[in-house]
Amino acid sequence: MERPDLTALFLHLMALWFVAVGGPSAVLPEIHRYVVHVQHLLTSEQFAEIYTLAQVAPGPNVMYVTLMGWYLAGWKGAAAMTVPLVIPALTLTMIVGHLNERYPNAKFGRAVRRGVTPITIGLMFAGASVLARAVNHDWRGYLLTFATTAVVLRKTLNPLWFLGAGAVAGILGLV
Amino acid sequence: MEPTDSRQPVTKLALFWSFSRITLSSFGGALFWTRRELVERQRWLTDREFVEILTVGQLLPGPNVVNVTVMVGHRFAGFSGAAVALAGYLGWPCLVVIGMGLLYQHFGQLQPVQQALAGMSKVAAGLLLATVIKLAMVLPKHWRPWLLGIFAFAGVGIMRWPLLWVLGVLAPVAVLAVWKEVD
Repeated sequence: MERPDLTALFLHLMALWFVAVGGPSAVLPEIHRYVVHVQHLLTSEQFAEIYTLAQVAPGPNVMYVTLMGWYLAGWKGAAAMTVPLVIPALTLTMIVGHLNERYPNAKFGRAVRRGVTPITIGLMFAGASVLARAVNHDWRGYLLTFATTAVVLRKTLNPLWFLGAGAVAGILGLV
Repeated sequence: MEPTDSRQPVTKLALFWSFSRITLSSFGGALFWTRRELVERQRWLTDREFVEILTVGQLLPGPNVVNVTVMVGHRFAGFSGAAVALAGYLGWPCLVVIGMGLLYQHFGQLQPVQQALAGMSKVAAGLLLATVIKLAMVLPKHWRPWLLGIFAFAGVGIMRWPLLWVLGVLAPVAVLAVWKEVD
């Protein structure tokens, strides 16, 4: 593991969150590309493990970035990866929220919302595929991934049940 | 939106605790708990106001739920309200994941932990995929949005091009494409 350049990480994430219209799942593939392939700070497996661990914690799914930062460089790393998350929200949200209260039907806003939605969904698919490829090495792994998807699409259950079942399957050596 | 003067004033402390409660009950998706606390429990917002705030939150960059937190905090107690709401919302999960990080560093290499994590991560990928499929159902049955989605997927997920380049090309095209339909 290389020593992380926290300033570069901070600035890259900051730029990313300012354009991250799709939210955390849409930037997942980009954070993976940057941390794993550009900076070589983690392996693809470590990235996926950290993402997974954070899904078990309460709070928004995006907290995987905090865990990743902490794992890379302790408190400073956690701050370097978490603060960029908050800055765009604090600045843009208040400006746009104000504009939106004043002009709730602005055409530009609606055109962006409608136009960008499919891109966001494409990016989220990219995130899911990057993650699936990082964690799966054989057909049994893919089977568990796709079986999870199939069940979730049919049944509304707390995701923790699925993660628990995955842990058991892993310990028993089934996947 | 209607003015909120007619209602009880919302203190910063109340904002902090409300958003702490939301985040600590949010396992797998914060939206359900956010609505429940703000609309049903505290009655700070009507359903309609909540949906409006959520829509703006989705339009803005950054995590939707963080944007909603900032907007609600700001609406009731200005900038410092936004800050305390955010502190309640992100502070606790930060501590929890760092605790998990400590455990991962100490025990992450143990065989059973590795196996459990391997199993869980396959499930996590499946959960994300299911969420995306559910969201994709809202796309109109028209070739253009699907084509844009496929380009975004291929550029970032397969070619692994930087997100900023892909968005820089696709986003203006997407907005121009729907410009005439939006009136």
